[in-house]
Amino acid sequence: MSMTTTTRTYTYADLPELMGLMTGDEKHGPAATSTLDVLWVLYDRVLRVGPERLTDPERDRFLLSKGHGPMAYYAVLAAKGFLPVEWLPGFGSYDSPLGHHPDRTLVPGAEIGSGSLGHGLPIAVGTALGLRAQGLHEPRVWTLIGDAELDEGSNHEAIAFAGPAGLERLHTVVVDNSSASYARPGGIAARFEAAGWSALTVDGRDHEALHAAFTAPHPGRPHVVVARVEPKSA
Amino acid sequence: MDTMRDRFAPVVTRLLDEDPRVAVVLAEIGADGFAEAARRHPDRVVNVGIREQLMVGAAAGLALTGLRPVVHTFASFLVERPFEQVKLDLGHQDAGAVLVSAAASFDWPAGGYTHMAPGDVALLDTLDGWTVHVPGHPDEAETLLRHAIAAGDDKVYVRLSVQSNQQGLPVDGERFRTVREGRSGVVVAVGPLLDAVLAATEGLDVTVLYATTVRPFDGAALRRATETAGTDVVLVEPYLAGTSTAAANDALADVPHRVLGLGVGRRELRRYGQIEEHAAAHGLDARSLRERIGSFLGAATAA
Repeated sequence: MSMTTTTRTYTYADLPELMGLMTGDEKHGPAATSTLDVLWVLYDRVLRVGPERLTDPERDRFLLSKGHGPMAYYAVLAAKGFLPVEWLPGFGSYDSPLGHHPDRTLVPGAEIGSGSLGHGLPIAVGTALGLRAQGLHEPRVWTLIGDAELDEGSNHEAIAFAGPAGLERLHTVVVDNSSASYARPGGIAARFEAAGWSALTVDGRDHEALHAAFTAPHPGRPHVVVARVEPKSA
Repeated sequence: MDTMRDRFAPVVTRLLDEDPRVAVVLAEIGADGFAEAARRHPDRVVNVGIREQLMVGAAAGLALTGLRPVVHTFASFLVERPFEQVKLDLGHQDAGAVLVSAAASFDWPAGGYTHMAPGDVALLDTLDGWTVHVPGHPDEAETLLRHAIAAGDDKVYVRLSVQSNQQGLPVDGERFRTVREGRSGVVVAVGPLLDAVLAATEGLDVTVLYATTVRPFDGAALRRATETAGTDVVLVEPYLAGTSTAAANDALADVPHRVLGLGVGRRELRRYGQIEEHAAAHGLDARSLRERIGSFLGAATAA
């Protein structure tokens, strides 16, 4: 008898079931789902990554900066074969590699650990610089941040630098669920644009719109996609 | 004499030429020294502007792609201001870097407290896995910089200062060096305080150890020294007093011992002036040191 493991193919429709295997993070429930569609479209159609190329220098880099509510992230990583589905029920337990904030040294495919807000974008800037310095011009660098995470000043150091530095391989997706206490309509894209970024704002639940925004050309400039979803408080 | 910092850009510029892994990350301070290097290696000499959180975060990103980032600014803006980036972007991400600071505890007294960082080593002591070099002479700084950059993906802090001993000594990036042997006490002089310690202990029957790498703390050397010189230990450090007291206690945990930790005081002086005036105010000039060391060790140390 062959010992080969049957690999099940998961689709977007399977994600709620995968997320359902994780419990104990009720506080971050709504935040977890705000990122679901963005993560799925990126991992399913945009990022050139995979469990077989975790250390491939030519892989794209996805840095989850908004580490709160990582259930959608773990579900997508499981669906794409980075980690076993069997890990999901242990979410948050002492022996589980899957915490309520991800740790890159424990989670296959996680490029960074996150939890404290405002760290992913500066690290993504350095990642884009490091790839460029080594002549690796193909890999794209992505980071996902939340709209309230933009409160953190470290992001603004990165935004203000990356535009004038022309970091074309750098991409940011801001999942905007209106959770910032102080915000102005259109303010997110405007701040990136003022720093010289290419910026698009789309419906964060519309997979075709997300894909189009994620793959829009932006020669010579870093690119931000503001993905608007239902308000956290709604 | 040139300063440790005068050596920094030339040494790292040579390493940029020799080693394609080396990259430099700056936040304006020190950028002039790398102007030529930036022309030769525009992608590996990065000045992010006056943005210290980004400086450390970007260094972590460079490291995650396989480079060896060397990060430089004044100690207060390298360790204190972006401390969470040092803790998380380097430590928690398991990314290495070489942090090279200038200005030390009070290199620019006229600049005031905003440019003083006596707590830098103590802060790094709250984190795991940092190597800390405190050279006492420009020649030692050059050796230790090379050692730090060559240390794989280690997290290394190199603390440069305009304060210096007259003569450099051979340093190996690991061990304390015995510079004087006696029988009635051990004095550990760190980095640029060696000359003051040697002057202060002139005629005293004490062993003087010279420490330029303080983390990991060379407890074995301290322990060996106490075998002939006894277990009265004085630490003389150019940063916050008592920073290495716990490390010395740990090294001597199973024997009765006494430790006196001398260094920069916590109290903010709110004074400007000269380095020598601040050294004296913190009791780190040779005369104050002799009084404090002599009083701690007692009259028995008189030769």
